Amino acid sequence: MTDQRPPTPLDRADVRVREDAGLGGTVRAFFDRVRSGDLGSLPVVIGLIVIWTVFTSLNPVFVTPNNLVNLLFDCSTTGIIALGVVCVLTLGEIDLSVGSMSGLASAILGVLWVNQGFPVPVAVLAVLAVGAVTGSVYAMLLNRLGMPSFVSTLAGLLALLGLQLYLLGSSGSINLPYGSWVVAFGQLLIMPRWLSYSLSVLPGIAILWFGIGAAARRRAANLSAPSTARLVTKAAVITLIIVLAVHYLNLGRGVPWMFGLFVALVVAMDYALTRTKWGRSMFAVGGNREAARRAGINVRRIYMSAFMLCSMFAALGGTLAAARLASSSQQAGTGDVNLNAIAAAVIGGTSLFGGRGSAYSALLGIIVIQSIANGLTLLNLSSSLRYMITGAVLAIAVIVDSLARQSRAAHGRA
Amino acid sequence: MTDTPEPPPLPPPGELILSLRGISKNFGAVSALTDIDLDVHAGEVVALVGDNGAGKSTLVKVLAGVHQPTSGTITFRGQPVTLPSPGAALDLGIATVFQDLALCENLDVVANIFLGRELDAYHLDEVAMEVKAWTLLGELAARIPSVREPIASLSGGQRQTVAIARSLLLEPRIIMLDEPTAALGVAQTAEVLNLIERLRARGLGVIMISHNMEDVRAVADRIVVLRLGRNNGVFTPDASNADLVGAITGATDNAVTRRAERLRAEGQDA
Ligand SMILES: Nc1ncnc2c1ncn2[C@@H]1O[C@H](COP(=O)(O)OP(=O)(O)OP(=O)(O)O)[C@@H](O)[C@H]1O
Ligand SMILES: [Mg+2]
Repeated sequence: MTDQRPPTPLDRADVRVREDAGLGGTVRAFFDRVRSGDLGSLPVVIGLIVIWTVFTSLNPVFVTPNNLVNLLFDCSTTGIIALGVVCVLTLGEIDLSVGSMSGLASAILGVLWVNQGFPVPVAVLAVLAVGAVTGSVYAMLLNRLGMPSFVSTLAGLLALLGLQLYLLGSSGSINLPYGSWVVAFGQLLIMPRWLSYSLSVLPGIAILWFGIGAAARRRAANLSAPSTARLVTKAAVITLIIVLAVHYLNLGRGVPWMFGLFVALVVAMDYALTRTKWGRSMFAVGGNREAARRAGINVRRIYMSAFMLCSMFAALGGTLAAARLASSSQQAGTGDVNLNAIAAAVIGGTSLFGGRGSAYSALLGIIVIQSIANGLTLLNLSSSLRYMITGAVLAIAVIVDSLARQSRAAHGRA
Repeated sequence: MTDTPEPPPLPPPGELILSLRGISKNFGAVSALTDIDLDVHAGEVVALVGDNGAGKSTLVKVLAGVHQPTSGTITFRGQPVTLPSPGAALDLGIATVFQDLALCENLDVVANIFLGRELDAYHLDEVAMEVKAWTLLGELAARIPSVREPIASLSGGQRQTVAIARSLLLEPRIIMLDEPTAALGVAQTAEVLNLIERLRARGLGVIMISHNMEDVRAVADRIVVLRLGRNNGVFTPDASNADLVGAITGATDNAVTRRAERLRAEGQDA
C-alpha cells in the first residue's frame, strides 16, 4: 500500500487542507497567520522601520555606517544578556537579576584579571562559573521550595549588586588595560571585509542546502514539501538583505567581531531551541508544565538548565560590557541594563506568558532598543526622556503581546 | 457442566501484569481512595466504573506515577515497584490517556505525540516523526487535517485522538484510558473500541474508564466498580444492568428492593 505511492501526500489527504503552493500561496499563508495573531517578528520589523525613519529625519547622522557599527557594538553586550532572558521567558519564568549578574561579572573580571593577575581565560571561566551557580540557586529555590522566580531573582538583584560593590571595594572601579585584546575585542576588532562578505552568504547557502535536503526527504516519505523555487526565492531575498547590510557597514568600519559572536550565539541557541529534544521540552514546560511532567520530561532539570543558561549569558554579557567600557565599575549592570535585556526579548516576540519565543527575538529586540537609545543620544535628549520613551516602547510591546495572545486564543493557535 | 446454572468466571487470559493491594490515597482530609485492590492480566480489558468523584481518575494517576499512594503496594510483573514519577511509569510500560488529556496547546500534533520521546535528541528527525504520527492517527481513523497545527486549533475529539495516539507510541504493556471516548464521534468511538480489542489481542492489559455501559459491555472482560473511593464489586459484562447500577450508585441491596417491589405489586393485584 505504501510502496505504491498514492498521488496525494500524507499531510494533504484531508480535503479541508488548502495547498498553499507557489509564491501566492506563501503570501496568503503569511497573511492568514498574521490575522490570527501569530505575528512572529512582524511588529518588531515594522517598529524598526518606523524608528529608523524618524531618527534619520531628525538627525541624518543616525544612519551613517559608523554610527550603525557603534550601534552593533552596543547591541552585542545587552543582546547576549537578552538571549538568556529568552530562555527563562520561554518557560514562563523571569530573571530580574540579569543586570546585577552582568555587573558582578565585570567586577569579578576586573578583580581576578587586573588586581590578582590571573590570565583572562581563567577569569572568564570563573565569571561563567559564578553565573552557573547563581542560576542553579534560583532553579533550586523554585524546584525545592516553589519560590516564584519573580521573588528569588528580585532578591538576587540586590544580593548580587551588594557582592559587586563589595568586590570593587573603596576604589569603586578598576580600569582594564587598554592595550589588551579584551578591550580591543570590546571596542575595536572588526572582521576583515572578505570574511564578512563570505559569512553574509552563508545563511542563504544553508537555507538552500538544508532546505533542499529536507524537502527531498519529505517527498521520499510521501509528505508535502516546499518547492525548490520557493526555497531559492527565500534564500535569495535573505542573502540580498544581509549582503547589502554588510556592504553598508563596510562603507564604515565594518562588522564588529563582538557582533559576530552575538549572532553565532543566537544561531546556536536557535538550533538548540528548535531542533533538539531539550528545546522541545523547554516549550512544552512553558506551554503546560503538568502535561510536560506527565510526558516523562524531567521538569526540574529543564528549569535548572534554563536558569543556569540565563545567568551564564548575563555573566558573559557583563564581561563583554566591561571590555566595551574598558573598566569594571560600580555602575556596571545598573540603570537600564536589566530592563533593556528583558524588554529586548519581549519586543522581539518572546511571550511573557511562556511557551512562545525564539532566539532571534533577542537579536531583533536589542536592535530596536539600542536604536532608540542611540537615536535619543544623538538628539542630545536627557536620560529622563530616554527612560520614558524606552518604557513606553516596552509597554507597547507587552500590549502587542497580550493582544496577539487573545487573538491566537480566538483563532485556536494557543 | 450442564448442572452449573451460571457460566464460570472467565479464566485469567494471561500472566498477571499488574496487581494493586490496599492502595489508599489521601488529599489532606479527603480520602480519595481507600484499600483498593485491582488485578490486570495480559490480554485482558478491565473496565473501571463508578460515579463522578468515585476515585477512578485518582487511581489512574497513581498508576501513572502522577500521584504517590499514601499506602499500599503495586506489583508489576511479579516485582514490587514504586512509581515515583510519570517517567518511571512510562519506562515500565504503563501508558496513560488522561481524562484532561495533558497536551501542550502551544505545540503541534507531532510534537505532542512524541513529547518526551523525540527521535534523535540532538537533531530531531521531524520527517520520521511526522510519518509515524500519520500512521498512528491512521490506525485511529483520525480526522485531523494537519499535524503541523498547534493543538489549540483542534476540536475536543481530535485532541482526544491525539492523546490516544500518543499512548500507543511507546509499545506499552498496560494502557490506561480515562474516558477515551467521551468526546468522540460515532466512527471514532467504534475505532477506539476496535483498537481496545486489537490491544487485547496483542496481549496488552487495558484499563478503561467509561460512563457508557454499552461501550463497557462491548469490550470489557471484567468490570470493576469503585464507589466513594472503595472497591464495590467485580462483575462480568453479562451482569444485569440493575446489579451494575446498584453497585455504582450504592442503592441498598437491589435484589431485596426488587422483591419488595414485586410483593407490593402482587399485593395490589390481589
Ligand atoms: N489533586 C486533588 N486534590 C484534592 N482532591 C482531589 C484531587 N484529585 C481528586 N481529588 C478528589 O478525589 C475524589 C476522586 O476524584 P477523581 O477525579 O478520581 O474522580 P473520578 O472517579 O475520576 O470522577 P469522574 O467520573 O468525574 O471523572 C474527588 O472527591 C476529588 O475531589
Ligand atoms: Mg475522572
